[in-house]
Amino acid sequence: MHDMLAEPMSSDAVVQMDEPADGRLVRLSQARPGERGVIAEVRAGSHADDHGVGVDELHRRLLEFGFVEGAVIEILHEGAIRRDPIAVRLDDMRIALRRRDAEGIWVLLDVP
Amino acid sequence: MSEAVLPPARVALVGNPNSGKTALFNALTGARQKVANYAGVTVERKEGQLTTPDGRTISVLDLPGTYSLRARSPDEVVTRDAVLGKLAGEQAPDVLVAVADATNLRLVLRLILELKAVGRPMVLALNMYDIAQRQGLRIDLEGLSRELDCPIVTTVATRKRGIEDLVAQVDALARSGALVADSTWREPDAAQIRLAHREAQRILKAYVRPPEHPDTLTGKIDAVLLHPVAGLAILLSVLFLMFQAVFTWAELPKDAIDHGFQALGGLIASNLPPSLLRGFLTDGLISGVGSVLVFLPQILVLFLFIILLEDFGYMARAAFLMDRIMGGAGLHGRAFIPLLSSFACAIPGIMATRVIDNKRDRLTTILVAPLMTCSARIPVYTLIISAFIPNRSVWGVMNLQGLVMFGLYAAGIISALGVSFVTRRLFWRGAVEPFLMELPTYKLPDPENVLRSLYIRGKIFVSRAGRIILPLMIVVWFLANFPGPPRGATDPAINYSLAGLIGHWLQPGLAPIGFNWQMTVALIPGFAAREVAVAVLGTVYAVGGQASPGALATSLAHHWSIATGLAFLAWYIFAPQCVSTLGVIKRETNSWKWPLIAFGYMTALAYLAAFATYQIARASGLG
Ligand SMILES: Nc1nc2c(ncn2[C@@H]2O[C@H](COP(=O)(O)OP(=O)(O)OP(=O)(O)O)[C@@H](O)[C@H]2O)c(=O)[nH]1
Ligand SMILES: [Mg+2]
Repeated sequence: MHDMLAEPMSSDAVVQMDEPADGRLVRLSQARPGERGVIAEVRAGSHADDHGVGVDELHRRLLEFGFVEGAVIEILHEGAIRRDPIAVRLDDMRIALRRRDAEGIWVLLDVP
Repeated sequence: MSEAVLPPARVALVGNPNSGKTALFNALTGARQKVANYAGVTVERKEGQLTTPDGRTISVLDLPGTYSLRARSPDEVVTRDAVLGKLAGEQAPDVLVAVADATNLRLVLRLILELKAVGRPMVLALNMYDIAQRQGLRIDLEGLSRELDCPIVTTVATRKRGIEDLVAQVDALARSGALVADSTWREPDAAQIRLAHREAQRILKAYVRPPEHPDTLTGKIDAVLLHPVAGLAILLSVLFLMFQAVFTWAELPKDAIDHGFQALGGLIASNLPPSLLRGFLTDGLISGVGSVLVFLPQILVLFLFIILLEDFGYMARAAFLMDRIMGGAGLHGRAFIPLLSSFACAIPGIMATRVIDNKRDRLTTILVAPLMTCSARIPVYTLIISAFIPNRSVWGVMNLQGLVMFGLYAAGIISALGVSFVTRRLFWRGAVEPFLMELPTYKLPDPENVLRSLYIRGKIFVSRAGRIILPLMIVVWFLANFPGPPRGATDPAINYSLAGLIGHWLQPGLAPIGFNWQMTVALIPGFAAREVAVAVLGTVYAVGGQASPGALATSLAHHWSIATGLAFLAWYIFAPQCVSTLGVIKRETNSWKWPLIAFGYMTALAYLAAFATYQIARASGLG
């Protein structure tokens, strides 16, 4: 379980969860294939210069691709080298992204 | 005012990538722009015209796909500026056609909400309606139309269904004219994007019932094709099969064309008295231009593979599988498709880099794109391989010539990765941009589209032979024949010609890499296009009386050492010779600096590679 309290919830994020709160909350960057759940929060990440664009820009791009609170997500595949990149099903789309760009996305995993 | 003086109505097609905008554009205007099953096919604006049944002209604009008007990469900037009417010398379109993939509405609904703020009249084209119906997707068209306050038309662009209806709606909106409001569009911030998503979600819930038979095939195919081990093995096998096929499948038709040219040469030789005209026809035309044209089947086989993979939806998967390797070399994830397009030709490849937002990422890709083996190298590679590499099978199943071809392609890819790696390490350190890519659903390639694309490719190849190679060969043939030999000369006449003089004069510079004077002559006009070298060799050897038409490979095998042949192959992995590529680099980067850098580093690498190959081959007794 990741330490949620260490990082304050950003104010513009609205967490809408139908699930009981006993699911596991993980960063998408650490999720494994087969895991599924609901996006709990999308944060502007913390590693500003890691992405070549500002954190705010990355944040908006993720949102525009449909990584928004409440979206249903499932990790489908991962690459051979360092398990990167990952392919996810997001609602009814399939999207590939690199793990380090997925750090700001928190997923509440379904209880199996 | 009468109809005739009405200015044409201007319409722009806007939508998410891969929603079928270009297919719709082609259906509307009869154009033949490239359509393929991955995001980012269209990277520039294309204009076409259509005439409505009552004679009104409508000008249609096809635009690059985007998820938002908040443009980030050069292609998206084109879309934003066209929609907002900011393009130089161009007004905003009279009507917007929002093109949506009916089976994938969530993101486009948010884009439509953005488009509404622009204040232009809009029609929503629900494209791919055939797939939506097959899946049993239920959309409440009336409700959705009321909610979005715009007419909705269902279309199947690839089958030209719904086109008249769309034209009628666009026409009606353009006529009513007065609906234009001022644009209130501004770049949304994160909170506004979230809000718009929630709104899109609400609309979706209210008017769209989930499909009764959702697509499960894509998931099943992906389980195999994206498997970390099996997926990579399949990718390699596909590439491998492709290059084997270039040799084995195309061999018969190639030989047939070859024999055809030989017969034609024989016919001319036996019916015309020896004259300049006869010399030009057999040596310049048949031995020159003909020696390039015989490779048409090879080009078609290669493109058949590429087009099938593109239409099937495999390209995005290949990009996924290769991403980590490309990232390790400092390339952007979106560099994959531009580099892959460069297998056809570096020019569309370099233009396709417009999907890359970061300037350095884009420049790196532009610089290495010409190292990918373009189809103009195929005539060179095939000629040299069939002259020097024995046609036998290895390990029972593989053809040695195909194997060498595969090796040459691999060498191109590896050197592109290497150059990118060095560039990023030495000059442009820093993080690579985020990479998000939609994986499209698999589609069965449409035979009509495949044949049409193949035809276009074949036409380009043949017309290059007419436009570039033919005029050059007239010059080369002239240089190879004039001035004639002095009285009592004992050497072949060509040695006294201008071509011979130039070749002999420059050859010492290329002696260390094993090139003879004929090859030296071939490299110079070869700057126009790589395959010209083949034509020049054909003419030079024919004029020199050292080859009969159509038998170039045999005479090369006779006159060159293996070391020289291999060095020529090595040169062509890097060969900088292509003015159009340098021109497009200039245009895309808006400076002479980058084409000069590209030319410089490629020449240096070509020389080094040929030098090393020649010397090593000689040392191993192949000289
Ligand atoms: N079944 C079906 N396939 C379609 C239809 N329209 C387009 N396609 C296919 O969808 C894919 C994408 O079409 P394009 O026209 O290239 O899409 P685009 O919107 O121009 O894409 P970008 O230029 O990348 O933004 C191609 O494989 C087309 O053959 C349709 O109505 N039905
Ligand atoms: Mg297009």
